[in-house]
Amino acid sequence: MSNRLRRSMLFVPGNNPALIIDAPVFTPDSIILDLEDAVAVDQKDAARELVVSALKTLDFGVCEVCVRINGRHTPFFAADVSALVPVKPHALRLAMVESAEDVACLDELLGRCEADAGLPVGTVKIMASIETAKGVMNASTIALSSPRLVAMSFGAEDFTNSIQSERTPGGHELLYARTAVVLAARAAGIDPIDTVFTLVEDDAAFKADVRAAKQLGFAGKSCVHPRQIALAHEVFLPTPEELSKAERVLAAYTEALERGAGVVAVEGRMVDGPIVARAQRVVDIANASKSLREVRAR
Amino acid sequence: MVTNKVGRSVPSFIENLGELKPYAGVFATPPTGAHYAPPIRRHLGIGMGAGKKFLASLREAILASGLKSGMTISFHHHFRNGDMLVNMVVDEIAALGIKDLTLAPSSLQNIHQALIPHIRSGVITAITTSGLRGELAEVLTRESLLKSPVVIRSHGGRARAIEAGELKIDVAFLGASSADVYGNMNGIHGPAACGSLGYAMVDAQYADFVVGITDNIVPYPALPISIPQTQVDLVVKVDKVGDPKGIMTGATRITRDPLELHIAAQAMRVIEASGYFREGFSFQAGTGGASLAVAKLLKESMAETGLRGGFCTGGSTGYICEMLQEGYFSAILDTQCFDLAAVESLRTNPRHVEMSASYYANIHAKACTAHITDIMMLAATEIDTAFNVNVLTGSDGIMMGASGGHSDTAAGTKLRLVTAPLIRGRFPIVVDSVHTVITPGECIDVLVTERGIAVNPAQKTLKEQLNDFGIETVSIEELQWRAEKLTGKPEPLAQSEELVALVEYRDGTLIDVVRRIL
Repeated sequence: MSNRLRRSMLFVPGNNPALIIDAPVFTPDSIILDLEDAVAVDQKDAARELVVSALKTLDFGVCEVCVRINGRHTPFFAADVSALVPVKPHALRLAMVESAEDVACLDELLGRCEADAGLPVGTVKIMASIETAKGVMNASTIALSSPRLVAMSFGAEDFTNSIQSERTPGGHELLYARTAVVLAARAAGIDPIDTVFTLVEDDAAFKADVRAAKQLGFAGKSCVHPRQIALAHEVFLPTPEELSKAERVLAAYTEALERGAGVVAVEGRMVDGPIVARAQRVVDIANASKSLREVRAR
Repeated sequence: MVTNKVGRSVPSFIENLGELKPYAGVFATPPTGAHYAPPIRRHLGIGMGAGKKFLASLREAILASGLKSGMTISFHHHFRNGDMLVNMVVDEIAALGIKDLTLAPSSLQNIHQALIPHIRSGVITAITTSGLRGELAEVLTRESLLKSPVVIRSHGGRARAIEAGELKIDVAFLGASSADVYGNMNGIHGPAACGSLGYAMVDAQYADFVVGITDNIVPYPALPISIPQTQVDLVVKVDKVGDPKGIMTGATRITRDPLELHIAAQAMRVIEASGYFREGFSFQAGTGGASLAVAKLLKESMAETGLRGGFCTGGSTGYICEMLQEGYFSAILDTQCFDLAAVESLRTNPRHVEMSASYYANIHAKACTAHITDIMMLAATEIDTAFNVNVLTGSDGIMMGASGGHSDTAAGTKLRLVTAPLIRGRFPIVVDSVHTVITPGECIDVLVTERGIAVNPAQKTLKEQLNDFGIETVSIEELQWRAEKLTGKPEPLAQSEELVALVEYRDGTLIDVVRRIL
């Protein structure tokens, strides 16, 4: 399990300097500079140069900075990777991943580019985007395809096309795929990230969608508008009750360790490894939000 | 030239304007003298035509007013960029061969670029205004066309200068969207409805001669009475006083710009932490991009907690009026309506009332609203590391804004909060020294940007309150550094020593000057 929170991953068009400069202001956990869908074919080179220059010069603060590169079978794939590695994005997000081989291919190219740039192999991580029926069916092998993989995201728009369906507000058509991505990612110890929600004006529906994703086991949400970030963080934020219980668990566990006792009970329930880990996770998320005060004030 | 309290070099004498005092501190310079009083005249006969109070042509009115070369004429800016009167009246004056006038409107807009030929030809030779924009502003910053620099006054400062007789208005041409033939006027009814006539009220009371101009004559009495018949010498009917499209929109929308919304959210936290967001608090939303969004956040919080505000002041928008209607605020004191929804509220809600610019912001009024307000949202085109604020000149040194009520409200309000994007048009908002000081830094408590919050070091308690609330603050120098890291440091502007404008502080002293940009 990675230590980094990825509750929100904000897509930023790779050809828009103003949006790139402002992206860290909204403090998403991750920023995804997009060279793929957001950029027209005749703008690919210019956008790539802009993103490289942004990574070289801008301070993105605490945000994880990723670049969504063009797919393995496009003419831009190799150029994207070789231009980006020297400026060390945290990760590259590969679109339309359908097999372990897709990831392995990127892994290998990254290794070569890292060697050329004099960087330790493994510097740049990978996020795999599952957006087709085939990708979903192969999710469990994809999730294990590279030690560089830190997250696996689900893309619903392309997915519904691939199953010849369309998105509905209830999202039943996505349930299996979302669950498959969560299970594959969680089994591999990487973060499952849910699909975007495109009705940017509808805060309530967005929050409901994030709540559903959290319940399914997703670690975060891809966001297409800055206003979605705070909302996503709010949903992933523990409730005051959850936080105070987690703090009691950790305190009891620490005390038990000091006493040399292996097992401890909190409020009549045995506390063991998984419960401690979950409690730690709750406290970590609360700490990562603006302040604990915010949680307590809810 | 002498150096004033904010370190600016200002003249102590200007030909045609006389002796000038340097700014000495927010309340340092005591008032002197007495209120000006217009002459008493025999009233004009009731009825229409020569020698009567109601005239059908502007030309007759100008002639009847006794306007002569060398005099001062005034206007209000409630019709904003839809204003037709200033251009129309000055055209008519020029046609009559009258020259060498001082133009003293409450403010000037883009549409007034039509005055440029009249300035070049000597019809207008001096200007005093709160602000100016567009081509007119550019011409007046780049060329020396007037016999003395433009005098920039705040809304309260203009009211004060008029009351004190420092700005003596010979003839005020005051437009109204509705009037009767006896001179009762309002801005609430009629096709060119603009709402409050707050700025015009001072002119009506103190000008030597008052010409009311309307395109909508109604049966006596024109109610509500914003400007009474007792102050109006003549009434003229014209075809159109303003273009409704330029006057205002239906309802001002809350910004959807994510950056401005982010700034608003930060500002809201500052307001919550300040302690002034309490039962009965008073509020002025100002005109910045984030300010209405703050109002929305206040409303959400008030809906949740049950806390209720007192009065709202300054200009009004539909959103604030809706909050009044729903009981979130108890009253609106209004100098200027910004949209038709606000006009409608002024028309229908008895707790929404007009106030004059003097009532609003005059430092020497026996009470002014600007001194009793709790929370003021301020804008800035630039703010320097001493917290001095510029809202008049742009990053190119060209005049493009207005002094407005900025320095007035900042002087008296309890929480003075500037919101601004840290970078605007590739320029940093925080600079070493603002090009033009409109509001002195001692009147600013806190700057909220999207990239950090800086508290004026003089406000130690506020800084502690914010930090205790969990709000991280940084020095304003740190914000400057953050901006310059992205933008670099702008080159100094090339300007001559020639003065094109004087910035009068609200008490009548000089706080800064604007030099001609080369």
